[in-house]
Amino acid sequence: MTQALKLTDLSKTFPVGRRLFGGPKGSVKAVHPLSLTVHQGETLGIVGESGCGKSTLARMLVGLLEPTTGQIEIEGAALDTADPAAFGKRIQYVFQDPISSLNPRKTIRQIMEAPLKRLHGMPAAERRARISEIFDSVNLREEFLDRYPHEFSGGQAQRIGIARALAAQARILILDEPVSALDVSVQAQVLNLLADLRRDFDLTYLFISHDLAVVEAVSDRIAVLYFGAVVEIGPAEEVFANPSHPYTRLLADSAPVVGRPLSAPEAEGTELPDPLNPPPGCAFAARCPRATERCRTETPRLSPVGPRTEAACFHPLSE
Amino acid sequence: MTGFLTLLARNRLALAGGIVLLLVGLLALVTPLLPLADPDVTNTSNRFRPIFSPDALLGTDHLGRDLLSRLMWGTRLSLAVGFAAAIVAATLGAAIGIIAGYYGGRTDNVIMRGVDMLMAFPYILLALAIVAALGPGLLNALIAVAAVNVPFFARNIRGITVGIAHKEFVDAARLAGLSNTRIILSEILPNVVPVIVIAMSTTIGWMILETAGLSFLGLGSQPPQADLGSMLGEARSALITNPHTSIVPGMMILIIVMAINLLGDGVRDALDPRLKSGALSRPMAATRVDRKAPVPAPTGAGLLDVQSLETQFHVKDRVYRAVGGVDLHVEKGECLGIIGESGSGKSVTALSVMGLVASPPGVVTGGAVYYDGEDLIGAPYRRLREMRGRNVAYIFQDPLATLHPLYRVGDQLIEAIRAHRPIGKAEGRAKAVDLLRAVRIPNAETRISDYPHEMSGGMRQRVGIAMALANDPDIIIADEPTTALDVTVQAQVLTILDDLRRSRGLAIVFITHDFGVVAQLCDRVAVMYAGRIVEEGRTAEILDAPRHPYTARLMACVPELGGGKRRLEAIAGLPPAVNKLPPGCAFAERCTRVQEDCRQGHIPLARAGGHGVRCLHPIDDSREAAQ
Amino acid sequence: MTGYILKRLLSAIPVLLGITVIVFLIMALIPGDPATAILGSYATPENVEKLNRDLGLDKPLVQQYFIWLGNMLQGDFGTSFALNRPVLDEVLERFNGTLVLAGTAFVLCSFFGVMAGVISAANQYGLADKAITFVVLLGISIPSFFLGMMMILFFAVNLRWFPVSGMWPIYGDRTFGVLLTHLAMPALALAVVATGVIARLSRSAMLEVLRQDFIRTARAKGVHERGVIWRHALKAAMVAIIPVLGIQAGFVLSGAVYIEIVFQWPGVGRMLVDAILKRDILLVQGGVVFVAACYVLFNIAVDVAQSLLDPRIKT
Repeated sequence: MTQALKLTDLSKTFPVGRRLFGGPKGSVKAVHPLSLTVHQGETLGIVGESGCGKSTLARMLVGLLEPTTGQIEIEGAALDTADPAAFGKRIQYVFQDPISSLNPRKTIRQIMEAPLKRLHGMPAAERRARISEIFDSVNLREEFLDRYPHEFSGGQAQRIGIARALAAQARILILDEPVSALDVSVQAQVLNLLADLRRDFDLTYLFISHDLAVVEAVSDRIAVLYFGAVVEIGPAEEVFANPSHPYTRLLADSAPVVGRPLSAPEAEGTELPDPLNPPPGCAFAARCPRATERCRTETPRLSPVGPRTEAACFHPLSE
Repeated sequence: MTGFLTLLARNRLALAGGIVLLLVGLLALVTPLLPLADPDVTNTSNRFRPIFSPDALLGTDHLGRDLLSRLMWGTRLSLAVGFAAAIVAATLGAAIGIIAGYYGGRTDNVIMRGVDMLMAFPYILLALAIVAALGPGLLNALIAVAAVNVPFFARNIRGITVGIAHKEFVDAARLAGLSNTRIILSEILPNVVPVIVIAMSTTIGWMILETAGLSFLGLGSQPPQADLGSMLGEARSALITNPHTSIVPGMMILIIVMAINLLGDGVRDALDPRLKSGALSRPMAATRVDRKAPVPAPTGAGLLDVQSLETQFHVKDRVYRAVGGVDLHVEKGECLGIIGESGSGKSVTALSVMGLVASPPGVVTGGAVYYDGEDLIGAPYRRLREMRGRNVAYIFQDPLATLHPLYRVGDQLIEAIRAHRPIGKAEGRAKAVDLLRAVRIPNAETRISDYPHEMSGGMRQRVGIAMALANDPDIIIADEPTTALDVTVQAQVLTILDDLRRSRGLAIVFITHDFGVVAQLCDRVAVMYAGRIVEEGRTAEILDAPRHPYTARLMACVPELGGGKRRLEAIAGLPPAVNKLPPGCAFAERCTRVQEDCRQGHIPLARAGGHGVRCLHPIDDSREAAQ
Repeated sequence: MTGYILKRLLSAIPVLLGITVIVFLIMALIPGDPATAILGSYATPENVEKLNRDLGLDKPLVQQYFIWLGNMLQGDFGTSFALNRPVLDEVLERFNGTLVLAGTAFVLCSFFGVMAGVISAANQYGLADKAITFVVLLGISIPSFFLGMMMILFFAVNLRWFPVSGMWPIYGDRTFGVLLTHLAMPALALAVVATGVIARLSRSAMLEVLRQDFIRTARAKGVHERGVIWRHALKAAMVAIIPVLGIQAGFVLSGAVYIEIVFQWPGVGRMLVDAILKRDILLVQGGVVFVAACYVLFNIAVDVAQSLLDPRIKT
């Protein structure tokens, strides 16, 4: 399998409390140095709760945010400028909110033409043909092209967003919560469309979501993010069925499942650590039933715990 | 554009303003062509002629000049200067604002510090200083007025631009390879223009007043040339002896500015998308009730008995039937789930119970809600208020938006109690601490003085629950209380709700779109689609063997944890818009079991035992459902 | 809290410096020889040269600025050539009058503006709303100087309720009651426009807040509608209203210039206009810097009030 995307020690630190002159007052590590590889044609699911850094990661991958450290390699070539146009041809982004990702004052055709014209310099006639081709592949009627975004439902708008990403002819798509704004019946339509497109165009997906069941249903592998770091990564069928990291276990046990009695794995109101003042050691230690002294002083690194699974834990759950 | 003009024309006041302004503008345009006396020729023997003099319709001024002629020429000058100043200020201000707002960071910081500096002056000081430096004169007054207004435009437009620059479509444009200049021109500007137009149309009147003011002070137009302001300034010394020389130019300014303001308000209303949808109306204290049909009698079923409830939204000439005849009942201590997709009417049903549907545009048009035999829909506001929170309490979705941001959570809890019974300070505080303990908030004594923004989402929702418990209600209506929460926090909140219900014998109406939550929490469940209940019964029964095709398909298209990678069973198409409901079954269009009779007539909820289905061809076999 | 006030006061220093720079630069725009401009075209060449030397006007611009700034910091704003009197003394004396007038008008417009806005919003589309909207429209459309003139004509000349002009009678006692009769018309005329603006803004801020979710929560708790409007909604709306009060204070100060002229009120605005017409540059400079500095301090007070109201502002 070839590598579509390789991240080495990618991290992002945001300054907090800007001043007019001089440095910032403090900083927040939104993404801790993180290394990942995504194979060609694979769907890597990224799951985590709010504030875990998944959106920051996604925005770095498409060049909308400049990483603080590390590098991004796409299909073997390193991209070290944070220039969205340079990224655009290789990697594209599908946004969470389908309506607000479309300029309300442009027709769908104008929106679709932008990447063809700006990224590929395609002449008008060719653009026209290409757009109808793409629209056909996302099951949208061509008559939609001359309408404005507000005339579409969430599901249709999300298809347009996907069509725009396809128009850039990137082979890697970052899907940032692409179905969270949609109703379940429409969500399934979009997820199935994404699966078809991946098969037909040999695409690679990074599927980011907070919904464990959705991620499990669409991914080949899943990475679990907690407090800006990957705590576990492994095959989709194993990560939640057989978690290694206590946090993954907590997530899996918290998800409401038909047929399982209601139980709160954590009775007390435990919260995320303060990002301005992160604790030493494992960020999950304060919530972890298995935490020991070592966890509170030393940061665990991602290491193999099974044939295809890695976890960042000193005391991973045994099989 | 035509839409904008029709909207504008529909606003009668704006139309009147527009017509007046058009007339004045036309007159000003044709002034040089009219047979008027020379405005600047003095004739002191003919001074202070009264209004309606034979040779001077509006009389003459202190130098014997024809007032009508001076008024027309002055109007021409005032309009021209006012508009010019507005255009200059708007263009410069918008350019500065867009650049600061789009680039952000240090650029923004430096520009906005400069703007703040200019705004630190009371505006006239700056204008006076500029005129003092450049010397009195109409052009200099124009420059001064434009200059002092630039910061106002810049700040306003910057705010809007920051909002737009963070929208996702701007990111999308970047990824489509657009340069910054192109993004500003094609993505930002078209979205800012309406705001610029609004800001301009609401400030032109002000600019005319300001230039007139400078002229009034003798710092604008210099004699013999006169605009309206300087006419008024010159007439002031004769105010008491010959008031008409003051009143004529003063009234003209008033008329022009008023017409501009009326038109400006109309423009603002027509361009503001929220006003278009009528969303800027203030919701009244209770939902409007307008029941045409006779009120159904109580059946005596349950503590809360909802009967053929109909709630509609009336927006302009469209009628959205959000709730189209819902029957529900909840027993004491029971948990009823209402499940449905967005737009199915589940929240509106819940809010209708206590008259909390925003009105306008909401109207309850039929049915009844009986609480212990008493009809809440027909109840006067006073009675409704007494029962809100005491008999039926609510928990809402987004705990950050639903708590008052400026009051401490403890005070909000105490207020909830005090709304129904007088309680002392110490007692109220003790009770509030108890409530926070009941929802398992750690360190309740100290957290009671937190503001909502100092708490996490899960803690805030616990406060929301505590507030609902404040008066020991019999029923709690929870409208998607965990949808905005993370999954680990959701589990905690659900457990608290479930424990409270069992320990206090609470009845809960739980609105959600999540089958997993329903399965874990609810005794019975009602499935809603397009404003109607399509299936209702015991939770286990419905989840095991759904009979309505919609229920079955909806369950199938939700992935469930532990199922592994798979293809989902999507439902093709979209739910119908509730202002264009088809006859017959609303789901017919998307249903695979549809037959001819599904598309006509009213389909009743057929009951068998505790299980009701609104379907002519329900799924019979539990094996069939599983497929 | 004290920390916040200190911080805001410190942050005012660059703003104040900026103000002096702006005023200085604008005055540097004056064409020709500044000393001639200050002394008038009939001044003798010796006097012009002396003044140039005294003011450091023969030095480069940057140096001139620092000399001027240094003098001001020591309380020396220069001498008005037209009045032949130290600028600071004149400004302080006149500012007193402006403060009485503008302060009264500001209190009036804040109170009535907010009240009218709340009542208007609470009865949206009702009779009270329509009446208030109409009066407000009239208020923001009428030039304050014209309104003042009409008030003189009607209340002073025709009805003889109030004196025509001035702050004090030429003869007679200077009691509070006498001041009030003189103050009533100018303060009202000055307050009208700002009342209109504040009422409009308060109305829309209230309408905005009344649609928020926490208002629904208050209603769901069973809070009286009175409490919903005056406690819940108004408090939240004040967050948007207070900054506008700060801006309107500037407009009241500005409008005072016209009103002082119409009513012959001895204030700093009338002084400035006279000074400009006489090209008394030092008086203009000093007056503008002084009033602007006071306005900056007032706005710090507004910010402090805002931070007391809104706990989300980091102190």
